[in-house]
Amino acid sequence: MQLIRLLAVFLVLSGVFAPGMEAGAETVDDATLRPLIQALAAENFDETTKAVSGLAKTGDARVSAILNALTAGDLYIVKADKAVFIGKRDGSDYAATDPLTGAKLAPVPRNAAEKIKVNNRLRRDIAAAIGGLTLMSDNPAERRSAAETILKTRDPESIALLDQAIAAEKDSGIKAVMQQAKAAAVLNSTAPDDAKIAAIAEVTAGNSRDALGLLTPLQGSDGPVGDAAHSAIDSINGKLALWNGIQNIVYGLSLGSVLLLAAIGLAITFGVMGVINMAHGEMVMIGAYTTFVVQQIIRASAPGLFDYSLLIALPAAFIVSGAVGVVIERGIIRFLYGRPLETLLATWGISLVLQQAIRSWFGASNVQVGNPSWMAGSFDLGLLTLTWSRLWIIVFALSVFAVLQLVLKKTMLGLRMRAVTQNRRMASAMGIRTPWVDALTFGLGSGIAGIAGVALSQIDNVSPNLGQGYIIDSFVVVVFGGVGNLWGTLVGAMSLGIANKFLEPFAGAVLGKILVLVLIILFIQKRPRGLFALKGRAIEA
Amino acid sequence: MITQWFFTHVDRRGAIVIALLVALACLVPLSNLLLPPTSALHVPTYLVSLIGKYLTYALLAVALDLVWGFCGILSLGHGAFFALGGYAMGMYLMRQIGPRGVYADPVLPDFMVFLNWKELPWFWHGFNHFWFAALMVVLVPGILAFGFGWLAFRSRVTGVYLSIITQALTYALLLAFFRNDMGFGGNNGLTDFKDILGFNIQADSTRSMLFAATALFLALAVFVTSFIVRSKLGKVLVGVRDAESRMRFLGYRVDRYKLFVWTVSAMMAGIAGALYVPQVGIINPSEFEPANSIEAVIWVAVGGRGTIIGPILGAVLVNFGKTYFTAAFPEIWLFALGALFILVTLFLPKGILGLYGTWETKRKDRIARKRSEPGSPATERATPIAEPQAAE
Repeated sequence: MQLIRLLAVFLVLSGVFAPGMEAGAETVDDATLRPLIQALAAENFDETTKAVSGLAKTGDARVSAILNALTAGDLYIVKADKAVFIGKRDGSDYAATDPLTGAKLAPVPRNAAEKIKVNNRLRRDIAAAIGGLTLMSDNPAERRSAAETILKTRDPESIALLDQAIAAEKDSGIKAVMQQAKAAAVLNSTAPDDAKIAAIAEVTAGNSRDALGLLTPLQGSDGPVGDAAHSAIDSINGKLALWNGIQNIVYGLSLGSVLLLAAIGLAITFGVMGVINMAHGEMVMIGAYTTFVVQQIIRASAPGLFDYSLLIALPAAFIVSGAVGVVIERGIIRFLYGRPLETLLATWGISLVLQQAIRSWFGASNVQVGNPSWMAGSFDLGLLTLTWSRLWIIVFALSVFAVLQLVLKKTMLGLRMRAVTQNRRMASAMGIRTPWVDALTFGLGSGIAGIAGVALSQIDNVSPNLGQGYIIDSFVVVVFGGVGNLWGTLVGAMSLGIANKFLEPFAGAVLGKILVLVLIILFIQKRPRGLFALKGRAIEA
Repeated sequence: MITQWFFTHVDRRGAIVIALLVALACLVPLSNLLLPPTSALHVPTYLVSLIGKYLTYALLAVALDLVWGFCGILSLGHGAFFALGGYAMGMYLMRQIGPRGVYADPVLPDFMVFLNWKELPWFWHGFNHFWFAALMVVLVPGILAFGFGWLAFRSRVTGVYLSIITQALTYALLLAFFRNDMGFGGNNGLTDFKDILGFNIQADSTRSMLFAATALFLALAVFVTSFIVRSKLGKVLVGVRDAESRMRFLGYRVDRYKLFVWTVSAMMAGIAGALYVPQVGIINPSEFEPANSIEAVIWVAVGGRGTIIGPILGAVLVNFGKTYFTAAFPEIWLFALGALFILVTLFLPKGILGLYGTWETKRKDRIARKRSEPGSPATERATPIAEPQAAE
């Protein structure tokens, strides 16, 4: 504790003395700075601009604070003697401080002071100047943002400053940004051709999207620079196209995972029992609402557990949705076996009832389901920016798939289910209680839908209509993949997701979806039983 | 002679319903237009439109019954044909507005002016003529159904697979019609109609005439359906419904039979949509909602599939219930509708008329047994001509 306090005192002290001690940053005596600061208050913007660049040229560490105050509109002059001060509103006065020393001055009444006006062009210049100044800052984040500012403004005047900063920079990441910024500034300047060509090479190696913006204006120019820019643009475009493809695949996989989650429970009930469960979407919705309830309870009683709320919601959703599923199966569906079309209608009725029940209970509007901290944010992969939720949903969908495969292949229940799928009467003859297997299968399928609801609550609005949005897509996935085969569902979901994302840029999101639906309708004509159909000799499956 | 021809193709129940519909078509407009509003027999205009709307639904239900009740094709996309017919009629009504629109453009409908379009898209040409629109009302759903059915039935897509791709079809159309660039008014659809065939669409007389037309078209649909079902082709259809593979092995080209009724049914649905739009005054993409198509299926199921008359009863009853419930207890309507789906499939697989049929059969059986004349012709006749069986 003592140690920390000591450290804190030391830090505060070093902060106070920083202006004088800062390594790299120069100090210019006040006599040079005063007139420049006074010049900021000039009547026209051109002179103010000159003053700003003059201040920036001094490279003094205190200048950036003054310039910041100028853009923020905190810099005022006293009308009487034109003295410049930094003001903060304090009742009818301005609490004034000296811009250079930071010393407190006597408060100035508001009607005696005048704000120094700034326009947009000036703001841009100031931003560039500050960018140049903070290049030498001690704070790495500030240095990086300074370099990024120059990368945007491409101010040729900051080349010298950048050279200095690059020489002093130790952090390789920031150094790379600085070099990019320098190359950008060089391209924007009147530097000789060979310097520009070197800069083009530098820019090409960096972030491709920014580079494209830098190089495009040069493309038209003649001589070696234009040629170099041209070939650089070609190579960047090639790279971008590649990454675009990768992005489509990744986004497609994540969309496919959502489809997979929504459809996989359906694949089980449809595949094993031949039951068209139109209430499947509502099982997903119930899972999402279970997540909501779990989060409410956690918020109320144990806020510290919030990050684990999804993990707690998973089994809860499985149990709730699974139980609802078993009740539906035992109560309604078992009377309708062998009549798939009637089952379809009855389950549609169930879905209406469930929707209305949730609507009466929780209200018709969306409920707020929070994201735990590990789902928020994003990360970069090459030229891609991926959100964590997108990645998690892929991981989650695949693990659900893997677990389900294990259950089907390695457990007794799975064995019985497969037996019933392949030949119901024979399985029954071998002593399997098929009604019981049916109930458990339906429960399992519904439970998985509930789990899917937990995942979808993170990326979609949780409302009573949540399930409806997925039901047609899930059916299409199952039918496309082939009934009775989970691998078919996996392949179906992923290929539909990717196809959707590849069609979107050409056709737009809605038209892309329509095209996919039309393609599916055509595909079903070719393979009426889906991609991976169960082989059988029965005339009517 | 004509009556004889008529009665060979329609059973007694069908004949009664057709007579009833024709009577409605005459009496309701008369009562609405001629009787003073104070009279007890006066039918107010809003009721004329409401019942007219129910009858268009009934027409859709009859169309659905033709394919589902008699051929075993459960379409979850008949709403699409209904809506397409509606759009064809809506386009005609749009063109009739002419310069009376908000933007007063003589050719372009308001929404196109709003979207800054300069000329009419090619598919809007011709819709200023009623005959062309009327042709499109049957042709567009008919051609779509023919193409879709030709692909589906030839590759033997049956049962739930067919149901799901019909649902995907209407869903795809829903998404498509929501787009502004499609040129059908996007989200808002087509509305603000002024007149039809030169008559003001809001006028009582026009509304009565639309009602009469709907009732007559429904009567015609009942006759056509009866005609198809009672013909030899109808027997083949029922065979397809109950044992498709066996019919195929017997040498029937099952796909062609199916394609024929499927297309006829889609055209009937298109006509229903076309009659619906002027009476309701709007057509928008929500008509393509898959939920609407499934609701139409429940009308048929409630009334009794495979009975022709049942779906009319079902459509009117369910929609009356909907009108009543959504006004009186909006909370309860979806519960009621959901329960209806469940109860009908569990306890009334043959619908109301089926229930009546079995009850009637039992009664006649009892009478027959009392007279100790087993197998009397009375028993035979009382059995509905085609009892729906469970598919598959």
